[in-house]
Amino acid sequence: MKLYCLSGHPTLPCNVLKFKSTTIMLDCGLDMTSTLNFLPLPLVQSPRLSNLPGWSLKDGNAFLDKELKECSGHVFVDSVPEFCLPETELIDLSTVDVILISNYHCMMALPYITEHTGFTGTVYATEPTVQIGRLLMEELVNFIERVPKAQSASLWKNKDTQRLLPSPLKDAVEVSTWRRCYTMQEVNSALSKIQLVGYSQKIELFGAVQVTPLSSGYALGSSNWIIQSHYEKVSYVSGSSLLTTHPQPMDQASLKNSDVLILTGLTQIPTANPDGMVGEFCSNLALTVRNGGNVLVPCYPSGVIYDLLECLYQYIDSAGLSSIPFYFISPVANSSLEFSQIFAEWLCHNKQTKVYLPEPPFPHAELIQTNKLKHYPSIHGDFSNDFRQPCVVFTGHPSLRFGDVVHFMELWGKSSLNTVIFTEPDFSYLEALAPYQPLAMKCIYCPIDTRLNFIQVSKLLKEVQPLHVVCPEQYTQPPPAQSHRVDLMIDCQPPAMSYRRAEVLALPFRRRYEKIEIMPELADSLVPMEIKPGISLATVSAVLHTKDNKHVLQPPPRPAQPTGGKKRKRPSDDIPDCKVLKPLLSGSIPVEQFVQTLEKHGFSDIKVEDTAKGHIVLLQEAETLIQIEEDSTHIICDNDEVLRVRLRDLVLKFLQKF
Amino acid sequence: MPEIRVTPLGAGQDVGRSCILVSIGGKNVMLDCGMHMGFSDDRRFPDFSYITRNGRLTDFLDCVIISHFHLDHCGALPYFSEMVGYDGPIYMTQPTQAICPILLEDYRKIAVDKKGEANFFTSQMIKDCMKKVVAVHLHQTVQVDDELEIKAYYAGHVLGAAMFQIKVGSESVVYTGDYNMTPDRHLGAAWIDKCRPNLLITESTYATTIRDSKRCRERDFLKKVHETVERGGKVLIPVFALGRAQELCILLETFWERMDLKAPIYFSTGLTEKANHYYKLFIPWTNQKIRKTFVQRNMFEFKHIKAFDRAFADSPGPMVVFATPGMLHAGQSLQIFRKWAGSERNMVIMPGYCVQGTVGHKILSGQRKLEMEGRQVLEVKMQVEYMSFSAHADAKGIMQLVGQAEPENVLLVHGEAKKMEFLKQKIEQEFRVSCYMPANGETVTLSTSPSIPVGISLGLLKREMAQGLLPDAKKPRLLHGTLIMKDSNFRLVSSEQALKELGLSEHQLRFTCRVHLHDTRKEQETALRVYSHLKSVLKDHCVQHLPDGSVTVESILIQAAAHSEDPSTKVLLVSWTYQDEELGSYLTSLLKKGLPQAS
Repeated sequence: MKLYCLSGHPTLPCNVLKFKSTTIMLDCGLDMTSTLNFLPLPLVQSPRLSNLPGWSLKDGNAFLDKELKECSGHVFVDSVPEFCLPETELIDLSTVDVILISNYHCMMALPYITEHTGFTGTVYATEPTVQIGRLLMEELVNFIERVPKAQSASLWKNKDTQRLLPSPLKDAVEVSTWRRCYTMQEVNSALSKIQLVGYSQKIELFGAVQVTPLSSGYALGSSNWIIQSHYEKVSYVSGSSLLTTHPQPMDQASLKNSDVLILTGLTQIPTANPDGMVGEFCSNLALTVRNGGNVLVPCYPSGVIYDLLECLYQYIDSAGLSSIPFYFISPVANSSLEFSQIFAEWLCHNKQTKVYLPEPPFPHAELIQTNKLKHYPSIHGDFSNDFRQPCVVFTGHPSLRFGDVVHFMELWGKSSLNTVIFTEPDFSYLEALAPYQPLAMKCIYCPIDTRLNFIQVSKLLKEVQPLHVVCPEQYTQPPPAQSHRVDLMIDCQPPAMSYRRAEVLALPFRRRYEKIEIMPELADSLVPMEIKPGISLATVSAVLHTKDNKHVLQPPPRPAQPTGGKKRKRPSDDIPDCKVLKPLLSGSIPVEQFVQTLEKHGFSDIKVEDTAKGHIVLLQEAETLIQIEEDSTHIICDNDEVLRVRLRDLVLKFLQKF
Repeated sequence: MPEIRVTPLGAGQDVGRSCILVSIGGKNVMLDCGMHMGFSDDRRFPDFSYITRNGRLTDFLDCVIISHFHLDHCGALPYFSEMVGYDGPIYMTQPTQAICPILLEDYRKIAVDKKGEANFFTSQMIKDCMKKVVAVHLHQTVQVDDELEIKAYYAGHVLGAAMFQIKVGSESVVYTGDYNMTPDRHLGAAWIDKCRPNLLITESTYATTIRDSKRCRERDFLKKVHETVERGGKVLIPVFALGRAQELCILLETFWERMDLKAPIYFSTGLTEKANHYYKLFIPWTNQKIRKTFVQRNMFEFKHIKAFDRAFADSPGPMVVFATPGMLHAGQSLQIFRKWAGSERNMVIMPGYCVQGTVGHKILSGQRKLEMEGRQVLEVKMQVEYMSFSAHADAKGIMQLVGQAEPENVLLVHGEAKKMEFLKQKIEQEFRVSCYMPANGETVTLSTSPSIPVGISLGLLKREMAQGLLPDAKKPRLLHGTLIMKDSNFRLVSSEQALKELGLSEHQLRFTCRVHLHDTRKEQETALRVYSHLKSVLKDHCVQHLPDGSVTVESILIQAAAHSEDPSTKVLLVSWTYQDEELGSYLTSLLKKGLPQAS
């Protein structure tokens, strides 16, 4: 059993598990932090961005000035943004049988894998994961395709050149494998390979392994996975939450008794309390708006935004914000809001009960009805007519490198009345802001990451007690910026095994048993015998049938009737098949009883001699000698088959067969 | 011998009050808990005293499963759980859980408020009953207890309708509830995997019908409605608030839009809007097309269909009215029917099955003079049309489902005896499986022989499988091992391992036979002759001549020695263990025949 680690990003994992005869990819995360190295893609021509100076080497060599631009001391690639893919060379990805997706954030690399590696298997995911994942991909493709960029920079990627660049470009990993965004066609083709599954559904893979998604409590339809055979169990925990937000609560009990628990997707901000952050978000938002400023919230089109809208729904009236327009701008804004209302069975109990009334589970339906929340596919079109300030805008992309958010950054960045509030934890806000510097607008960092923190993890591990824990190396040491915080790492016994990108781990367990079925006819013919109190044995001789990785034992065939005399008998037909195994014997032979038995069966003239280790029984008339010792019996006789067989059967009476 | 027992308390050779008891692997499950539309006395509910006369139902039943929200499948539930008394779990899908209490309340109102029945279940009882419900999601495996598990499949009959697999160990039963094998305008088709249950319990409403294409039926329906409206007549379509109603609304809505028709379409009762709202919230349970397009246009937001007011029934001019209930046995549909029945310009279209005893059933069977309450006689002059829009599988669909699931046995419920008989024959012929059709109260017993799962040590299995791959594996090979049974833990291991685990040592049984040969040559030469002889006979065995002069065949040792008295005789000592018994015995008899003369 092996684990191939294709991604180094702890919250955007991509691992391949080889278990029994199956090859299972666990998640397909796409590391988008690579885009922070690129210049933003403005929706409207931006003189500021297009006039940034080209970057030149210290010695004045300016051969890269077309590709690299400098802004406030940072260097950016002026090109179509590119993403850092999972490793594609570590293992032949065409051998992957299935891909299990745990949540919509962890499937963004799917088109790269399913469309370009020879992958022919099946992808499993829940319906909300697929639908919202599709929206995220659609948004991403739309953001990038609607601002076509002529330039695709590649000179800087040259290894010798990259060494000369300033950080962080210098340290960027695997830049040669960075890829541009996929197309909608590739997205559709990738999504068509997905098979929908429900929580607690048992899915058989080739009869060898069973996989089951469990609610993970992190997002709509998010799941952890159990991968098990009859005797081994691997739990894959990815992006789980114990907080009560909108999704169904996490199923912890089903993770119990795992041989191995693979732990990924913990909170990226272990020191921040999500509830506190939501409070700060609301108060900063209110403060800015009251002072006549605008609020910009860079966000994904699904997920935390539902919770933020719900908080605002309860907050705006009491905070006197009822006249302030809230705008949600995304090519998939409408779809996201609509989809959120139809996945009742994937929601927490409170929201589920709403549909019985019947009422929409999320209150943003009411915000839309009362015109407090308006949504638009982009800043173009209707939005430009309806746009009123001051206002609050939710829009993507949280990296601030593409999407409508770029426009608002350019528009509002110069005024200190405005505020940008970062809630998504995936990107460092300072790095995200770098190409917009110098900036007058206020920046508030309220990262809301509801995933497990280390206290919750250690409680969870105590509860479910896996034999071994496997996790990304980042979790086995304190965060680099807070090296004294030894509480910010996984603490378990035995210590967790850690992995890093491009590593192959041999997982520490040996398979010892496999399930096999004994057919009822065979079971009826078995003769159990009690060896010790409570333990019975039965010897089994049966025919093994294996089909689709299922093993069945059937009764041995009846000896075939000799086939008439038609065929000439070949001498070799008589030769016994030495591969027919005789049972092993155990026990010992009490000499006195044995002799009595011999006498009863008509042997006379029996003489018994003692030896160092046992006895010798002599049948003088038959010139036969039987050596009996504690663990062996040796019959030495003339070539008299009838006699030998008689003696053999008498000896066997005293022994147990195995 | 383990067995599966099935007893219908309702829906045995009948349509109505579906209620089927199943015992499997020591567990008792009740499938559906319906009422009968054709009766208003005791017979309307299943006879629960059959389950137990004096004990508590909770002690006898492990769980109750409701397939969908139609009253003939859930109408007796509050009576069963609150009045007879059952506190165990009741499983149903989420849409069923949402809609079922509304229909129950509706049913209660008609029974108590309109008909004035006493001793009926109350609103509070409906609420208390629903508290015992556990929601089941499609394909989720629900562990009722350690041994009993259930799983829901999409049935496509109404919103949230499901088929259920009930499984204990390796034994399983599938209950279809009502289902539809062809997708329609708002629901998808029923689907099940090849789960090979021991028994498939299927509905058989349309056991003998093979319906023409759905398109023809729809065209026919639209033509009839259109013609009646054109000549100024009124069309009454009795429906149940949820289910076919939405299907036909979508059909008329699109037709009205296409033809730009102006005649009003109404939908009776306040339920409608609420009903449509449920459909909007449960979009994942509808068909693919609606799921794909719901963001752009929700099919359940109707432009042409408006709420009906009682006064409209007397307005002049053409109109189309959907009114509940669907079998014209009570309520608004019956009221409107009485008003409109007298005019031959009007039309009533029955879009679904009608149970015996209802007005719907009477007019469909040609009766034109109806005796109403108070000895009034109603003469029916309006046109009566029947169009099967009920979302039940027809004979072809039932056969298709049987083919999909590949059951070992089939049991028919929810149909008429005569029609069942026909279908039973067809199933037995085509699938070569037994088919049963018990009447209510009659028990069908199937004996099963489940195989026994044990754990085989991987070493033993791998050894066997590797040998099974050898080219000479034409003869079936025997796997030999020892089954260790400790408590309920069964493990099959190699004999060596079994001995080791139990702390026993092996007892070696060895034989040495003296074979006398007439040979004047030296022992070494005799041995060599033995070697070449055996080598030529035993081509498939490993025959070796060792440096010390002895010969081995596999693990059997042969040594030549001089005879103590007769120098022209040599003694061959053939020695083998019990495990080589066959070969050893064969060798001695072979050598006894003597060696071929050296050429």
